[in-house]
Amino acid sequence: MSTHGFHKSCTRRRLLQTGAALALAPWLPAHAAADALPDIPALGAFLAGRKPRLSRVRFELPQLADNGQTVPMKVTVDGLFSPESRVTAIHLFSEANPVPEMAVFEFPAPVERVEVESRVRLAASQRVVAVATMSDNVLYAAAAEVIVTIAGCMDGT
Amino acid sequence: MLRTLRAVAVLAVLAADPATAQQHTLPLGELRSGVEFVGASVRAMQADDLANPGFLWVESGEKLWNAPAGAQERSCASCHGDARTSMRGVATRYPRHDEAAGLLDLEARIGRCRVERQKAAPWARESDELLAITTFVAFQSRGLPLGVTIDGPARAAFERGRAFYEARHGQMNLACTQCHDGNWGKRLLNETISQGHGNAFPAYRLEWQGIGSLQRRIRACLFGIRAEMPPPGAPELTDVELYLAWRAQGLPLEAPGVRR
Amino acid sequence: MPDARVNVPASVARGKPFEVRIIIRHPMETGYRTDESGKSIPRNVIRTFVCRYGGEPVFTARLSSGIAANPYLRFFVTAKESGQLTFEWTDDSGAKGSESAAVTVV
Repeated sequence: MSTHGFHKSCTRRRLLQTGAALALAPWLPAHAAADALPDIPALGAFLAGRKPRLSRVRFELPQLADNGQTVPMKVTVDGLFSPESRVTAIHLFSEANPVPEMAVFEFPAPVERVEVESRVRLAASQRVVAVATMSDNVLYAAAAEVIVTIAGCMDGT
Repeated sequence: MLRTLRAVAVLAVLAADPATAQQHTLPLGELRSGVEFVGASVRAMQADDLANPGFLWVESGEKLWNAPAGAQERSCASCHGDARTSMRGVATRYPRHDEAAGLLDLEARIGRCRVERQKAAPWARESDELLAITTFVAFQSRGLPLGVTIDGPARAAFERGRAFYEARHGQMNLACTQCHDGNWGKRLLNETISQGHGNAFPAYRLEWQGIGSLQRRIRACLFGIRAEMPPPGAPELTDVELYLAWRAQGLPLEAPGVRR
Repeated sequence: MPDARVNVPASVARGKPFEVRIIIRHPMETGYRTDESGKSIPRNVIRTFVCRYGGEPVFTARLSSGIAANPYLRFFVTAKESGQLTFEWTDDSGAKGSESAAVTVV
């Protein structure tokens, strides 16, 4: 136990914050990054200088993963579509996986409800990004942050 | 509501079986399935039969149930008919003592049937086929309360199972009871320690990216405390399964469960 | 062994989107694991997935090792005519899987 009152309260405050964040985590949906998307080289290459709008895409994953091997995810593109402006694809990017482009979902036929659910693997705590491409070449995106921890007990079976 | 139903089921089983005068370390009214200790997404995966990956094995198992096998091309269905009726309640009574073979868990019972009755080549423990058919058979008892017998010939195995559960094992020198009776509900790293019941097995474990047996789960726990793991099918493991089933009596069977 | 489990609603309203759910039996082997002897287990994941409706692709997915084993997909398709939804997928080893479901449009 530290005898320095300042350090002790700093560490305790940080522990409490982390503890509170972890305690609240299951009930908080992962939220879109406030301003910028994480700097992922594969994402940068895909965007090729284009700036996606950080709206219309809802990217939902648990804030705290039960197991990084299988993390449920849902990506939805809101709003009304028209033949001129409809979703053609959704690309998923990972900040920390060995393979940064996780999946691409394509919509060759128009559908008024653009919502895809799947389960991803996350190698570590990280942010993931979903980019929706429209038929008029506009891009929309959202990011989500997931905490991935190791199992309480190792399993060697 | 669910709590009340469960308490009633547990008390009913207790009233029916006088042998359960054994001291339960977990008060029967406090029994909680592992599903209450996992995260919301795992719980949701188990609750939805279409999202639950375990059902891929239930379906495989159903195909195997109907597939002719062995020298006389007999399927399980040839003798046991429609599993929905013939297998209902069966899994809740396992592990069970067999006159010829001793204590058998469900996998071992199915394995013996295959070799002795169907005269077919055996399936290895943890093989896909045996897991599939065990999951299918266990699924026929989903929702029913566990209710094994520990009387008579099963008594010795029960005592051995309980002794194993209460003994310290491995480099970490931990006994199952220390976590699962003494510290359930507390955190171990990011996870909440469960009461260690096996009522959801065979279960799809995210860590395994597939379905596995209760024996595999017990072996995984032993690995976790750095203890030697008996091989799959070992009598020690079957004894522990019996103890666990008794300890969990009244809890509803949940196979195919989904766990971390 | 069944390849997959599929679910579509019993009947769907013409012109409206309907939910399709499929879970495919596949290990989605990442290529980063090693076996007991230390030998690397080669990657084998489903690469392409195509859902066709009346013969036309309506939803496709390009997957990677970043998708969990026994991949689950839930998506929406616009109901047109009663007919067949077919699902086809190919993995790294070239193995193909398929499944189908009937759609009744009212």
